[in-house]
Amino acid sequence: MNLGRTNKYLGGLLIAFFLLSALLGWLWTPYDPLALDLRARLQAPGAAHWLGTDEYGRDVLSRLMAAARTSVTISALTVSFAVAFGIVLGALSGYARGWIDRAVMLLTDTLLAFPSILLALALLSILGANIWGVILALGLAYMPTVTRVVRGAVMSLREQEFIEASRLMGHPVGYTLRAHVIPNCLAPVIVIATSMFGSVLLTESALSFLGLGVPPPAPTWGNMLAGARPYMSQASWLGIFPGFCIALTLLGINLFGDYVRDRFDPRMKGL
Amino acid sequence: MTDQDILLSVQALELGIAGLPEKRIVRGVGFDIRPGEMVGLVGESGSGKTMLGRAIIGLQPGGIVGRGGSIRLRGRDIAQMSPRERRRMRGEEVAIVFQEPMTSLNPSMTIGRQLEEPLRTHTKLAAAERRARILKMMDRVGIPSPADRLDDYPHEFSGGMRQRIMLASAMLLKPALLIADEPTTALDALVQREVLELMVEMTRENGTALILISHDLPMVARYCERIMVMRRGELVEQGETRQILAQPAHDYTRKLLAAMPERGPLRSFAEGDTPLVELRDLKVEYVSRGGLLSRANRKLALKGASLTVRRGEVVAVVGASGSGKTTLGRALAHLIPHSEGEILFRGKPVRRGSAGWMDFRLNCQMIFQDPYGSLDPRFTIRRALAEALYHLDIGAQEKDARIRRIVAEVGLEEEHLERLPHEMSGGQRQRVAIARAIISEPDFVIADEAVSALDVTVRAQVLDLLADLQQRHGFSCLFISHDLGVVEQLADRVVVMRDGEIVEEGPRDRIFDAPENDYTRALLSAIPTLKRTGEGVELSWRFTAPEAGA
Repeated sequence: MNLGRTNKYLGGLLIAFFLLSALLGWLWTPYDPLALDLRARLQAPGAAHWLGTDEYGRDVLSRLMAAARTSVTISALTVSFAVAFGIVLGALSGYARGWIDRAVMLLTDTLLAFPSILLALALLSILGANIWGVILALGLAYMPTVTRVVRGAVMSLREQEFIEASRLMGHPVGYTLRAHVIPNCLAPVIVIATSMFGSVLLTESALSFLGLGVPPPAPTWGNMLAGARPYMSQASWLGIFPGFCIALTLLGINLFGDYVRDRFDPRMKGL
Repeated sequence: MTDQDILLSVQALELGIAGLPEKRIVRGVGFDIRPGEMVGLVGESGSGKTMLGRAIIGLQPGGIVGRGGSIRLRGRDIAQMSPRERRRMRGEEVAIVFQEPMTSLNPSMTIGRQLEEPLRTHTKLAAAERRARILKMMDRVGIPSPADRLDDYPHEFSGGMRQRIMLASAMLLKPALLIADEPTTALDALVQREVLELMVEMTRENGTALILISHDLPMVARYCERIMVMRRGELVEQGETRQILAQPAHDYTRKLLAAMPERGPLRSFAEGDTPLVELRDLKVEYVSRGGLLSRANRKLALKGASLTVRRGEVVAVVGASGSGKTTLGRALAHLIPHSEGEILFRGKPVRRGSAGWMDFRLNCQMIFQDPYGSLDPRFTIRRALAEALYHLDIGAQEKDARIRRIVAEVGLEEEHLERLPHEMSGGQRQRVAIARAIISEPDFVIADEAVSALDVTVRAQVLDLLADLQQRHGFSCLFISHDLGVVEQLADRVVVMRDGEIVEEGPRDRIFDAPENDYTRALLSAIPTLKRTGEGVELSWRFTAPEAGA
């Protein structure tokens, strides 16, 4: 049996499942994810509440679906932010070289010197915990990886003869970058963006867990997990379901990421 | 002829690919090699010559499998040998020298140890005797003060020296057969000749038979008594060198001979006109930025070059790698900055941003060596060509018409316009690169090794195309090449470079017939002059061969 193919499908299936629940969570949830029902506190999974209720009687399934939406939005925006700015900075730095390169690399190396969660924590304590703060903080934390990869790709590309041919045609630098340089270094960017999606999701959950992510009552998998901690012995489902969501989504993204990597980067095949 | 007279006998050999029962890489190849004989195996890339050479020593890559026929060494079928016998055969009886001296030596092992390996494996000599044998052999292949160099690593030797070391390691055990697979293709013309001559002498001294595999027919013809011509896995012709050259029997052989460049017609140019391009004492310095503790490293790659190119003239710049010829072209095109000197275009100095800059930029185009790297892999041919017209003030219809016209001119079809570079052959790609360079009708084209990466027959076609287009459009051309053969065909004037300096310059015929500089003479002695005799050719070599081992 071809394990690679199976992984691809399993990964795709898991991702599709969570994307769909995120989409569904936008339009419809079984209950209002924010509605309190103190008579139905800490109910075990059952017919009325499939995945049980939390300490305020909110429906766990509804909250998970709403949280999926938040997580997907945050991850997507964060990755887009990191990729967009990373490409611009990396292309500039790799193509211009000289002092621009040194300045960009100084910034990048400084950012890379901090663990991304620590950097995000520091930025969030300045920016305040809200969804845009999270996106900006995580985006800045993940941007250096993209910058580095793009810079490397651009540095080897700029020596290629078709780039020189473009210069010979009298095209301005901006055009050459847009038309020839950036499109040709997208493959590795797509590869790291895929796996970045997973780690952003995880970091966002961790931040929420630490109380620095999207502020309650809006649900995220991370803050649901944090809220479940005091009740682990009485209502284990409160922790188990968000935990499962995080783990399965990450598994899906990682499996799919391997496929994307093989697809775009033949050199990495079989690693 | 008895069996004893035949060293190697290949009969009806078929090589295929595992899993593809119909596919053949080598088809029905048969030949005999007698002891001490020198045989050339000629063919273009993909003809199967390398696979054949490797199969003889049992080193074909995985996935290549025998589909019939036999290879017999002194009457013994190598397919029947035990692994132990086969190991003994390799090295002791058959040795091989590969093309790439950079990768065929282990970079992390001293050459002393690498040369010792075959002796340790195949002989029972004591350490002192091994050392003596190695030193003698290193001396023989022309490595100065060998005792001091035993502990050096491969990267401390030049390409030519490395190939000498490979040769030494192959000849240490005095094999009965040496297979040399493009042994000098990666080397400069001069070094190439020295190494080849050394190889021929050494095989002759030891009575070793030589199979010289190469794409370079004149080179093979010079050293080998017999030539085998391969094409698409088949041996299309084999015979004595003189016979093959004078009376080629197969169409393909005739094509190969016809592809050999010969001197083009003499053209004259009006003196006194303002030259189109003029360089005055151009210097280019490469500076590698120093770190915190190291000083910046400066190297003068071009030490003051002056030359002129007249309207419609083809000026060739020749020289070995590292001579600064490519630097000259790139500095002239303003792809790299020059540190001193002036570049004049239409009699006026140009610089980035100066008055005539855009005129110069659009009128100075370049054709690069690598047909794989010079086209954006994501651009269709149509888009690549349209891009070159971007700055021209003509309507969309006119642009489209020009694209169609140029595509026809370079011998491609309109259907090629929608293709991507990887869907085309190397020759077709180079045609696209030429089309892109001249579609805007520039006055000046720099061709940097524009045909060097192509197979012989394709090279001849592209070269003819280039000459034809030059005649028709009348652009001036700076033709940079290490290959004097193609220069002789195309150039009106020749500039010879060495170590960043111009050592000789003059009209083509004067340079080729009566060179004044020793270095030019040495370069020229590596290529034949050729006389066409009906369907065949007669080759002769200029000047006398330099002293052996010099």
